[in-house]
Amino acid sequence: MRPRCIALLVGVASLLGAGSASADDLRPSGKLLLTGGVTTVEGSGGGGLSSWATITGYATRDGVGANVHATRVELPDYQFRAYGAAVGLFDRIELSYTRQDFNTQGTGAKLGLGRGFTFHQDVVGVKVKVLGDAVYDQDTWVPQVAVGAQYKNAAKAPIVAALGGQDDDGIDYYVSATKVLLAQSMVVSGAVRATKANQTGLLGFGGPGGEDDYSLQFEGSAGLLLSKRLLVGGEYRSKPNNLGLKEDDWWDLFAAYAVSKNLSVTAGYADLGTIATFKGQRGLYLSLQAGF
Amino acid sequence: MFTALIAAVALAAGAPETPNPQHPNEEAVDPYVPSDANAGAAPFAGDAMWRAFHGQPGVDRVVDGMVDRSLADPRIKEIFESHDMVRLRRTLKEQFCYILGGGCAYSGRDMKSVHKDLGVQRTDFNILVEHLQSAMEDEKISFRDQNRFLAKLAPMQRDAVER
Ligand code: HEM
Repeated sequence: MRPRCIALLVGVASLLGAGSASADDLRPSGKLLLTGGVTTVEGSGGGGLSSWATITGYATRDGVGANVHATRVELPDYQFRAYGAAVGLFDRIELSYTRQDFNTQGTGAKLGLGRGFTFHQDVVGVKVKVLGDAVYDQDTWVPQVAVGAQYKNAAKAPIVAALGGQDDDGIDYYVSATKVLLAQSMVVSGAVRATKANQTGLLGFGGPGGEDDYSLQFEGSAGLLLSKRLLVGGEYRSKPNNLGLKEDDWWDLFAAYAVSKNLSVTAGYADLGTIATFKGQRGLYLSLQAGF
Repeated sequence: MFTALIAAVALAAGAPETPNPQHPNEEAVDPYVPSDANAGAAPFAGDAMWRAFHGQPGVDRVVDGMVDRSLADPRIKEIFESHDMVRLRRTLKEQFCYILGGGCAYSGRDMKSVHKDLGVQRTDFNILVEHLQSAMEDEKISFRDQNRFLAKLAPMQRDAVER
């Protein structure tokens, strides 16, 4: 009876163009193919698990880009979906909205929640680039740096309370640094996140014993560009353990392929550890992203 | 009448109005101090990159491929119109040779002053880089070597782009 759900990862990183073109018809080509990024489980531009400092979409500072994404992760005992939209304004500001559905399927009955019980979460994000340029600044080690916030609302107050969570909504804050190492054909990104979220927020915020404080967590990605269109890599994300449910850190391996500037596909393998006493929640995920 | 004919032929071939004494097919430019530093990037050590680009013939094909694509691209071709493409191709070939470790001297102007007032935006820069990528692909240069070279050019965005 302690659904430990999850917001799984998903989409995965890629520099590759997850789709999205400038909205300005006169300037249809923006950033380089490899710089768009895909969409995280929480809707921000980045990898699947970790938010990058890049601004989503292909628009440069002269334009506006946007994209939609849909992600699905098949786990042994659960199914996770996320879908949403994001806009990148002048390669400076990113606004995003994502809806997450975590379906307990048959596991819900075993957990006493009822078959097919589904946790939901809405995530509204804003990110602002503060310095550097991940792609152009190849003559320095200074990365592109962005700060961001994500307002999350799980809207499941009774269950969150039953688990010992303090709130069913909360705000994460993060600082992210991303660098494309062109000479190495690599992308590396790291972020520090101040969060109270349990399983990224699907199980509410804070814990029973006054663990209502923010803790600092780390998330990172590293990827190798194998061609203009293909990025393979891995990600890691640490998580707090406010509920005392042995919340596991997450990791994934992924391959992101830019079919075109308007469409990218990410396939991966994610390990989400134990979720609500059901161990070994590892599975395949698939994410599609399209820009318009 | 002969002269008129010659003049007409010369014009059709785009002969310079005021030829550059050192390069008779090019327009003269305002005086400047030539220096390898004008190339805007330090060269690669060794000749591995130079060989990866198939030496001068390869670099010539890459530069011509990039310039031809740019001149055929309605999004950016206007920026090049009214400029001396003979000189541009020559100086680009020198610049690429210099950076790739081919041992050329770069005789052109520096990136900041030459792109000043052209009104180049980031999008234009990225389009040009995409044409360069296509030209390097045609030359069968490996993706990793393409990126090594692009890493040298990427910071020039600061000088080439207006804002
Ligand atoms: C890494 C990027 C770039 C490099 C390495 C580069 C290199 C050069 C070189 C070597 C020259 C000739 C210098 C001379 O005449 O002494 C030049 C001139 C020129 N470039 Fe670029 N360039 C870059 C980006 C761009 C972009 C993005 C555009 C426009 C889309 C552009 C448009 C021009 C034009 C129109 C000229 C002729 C200017 C004149 O004749 O006064 N360049 N560039």
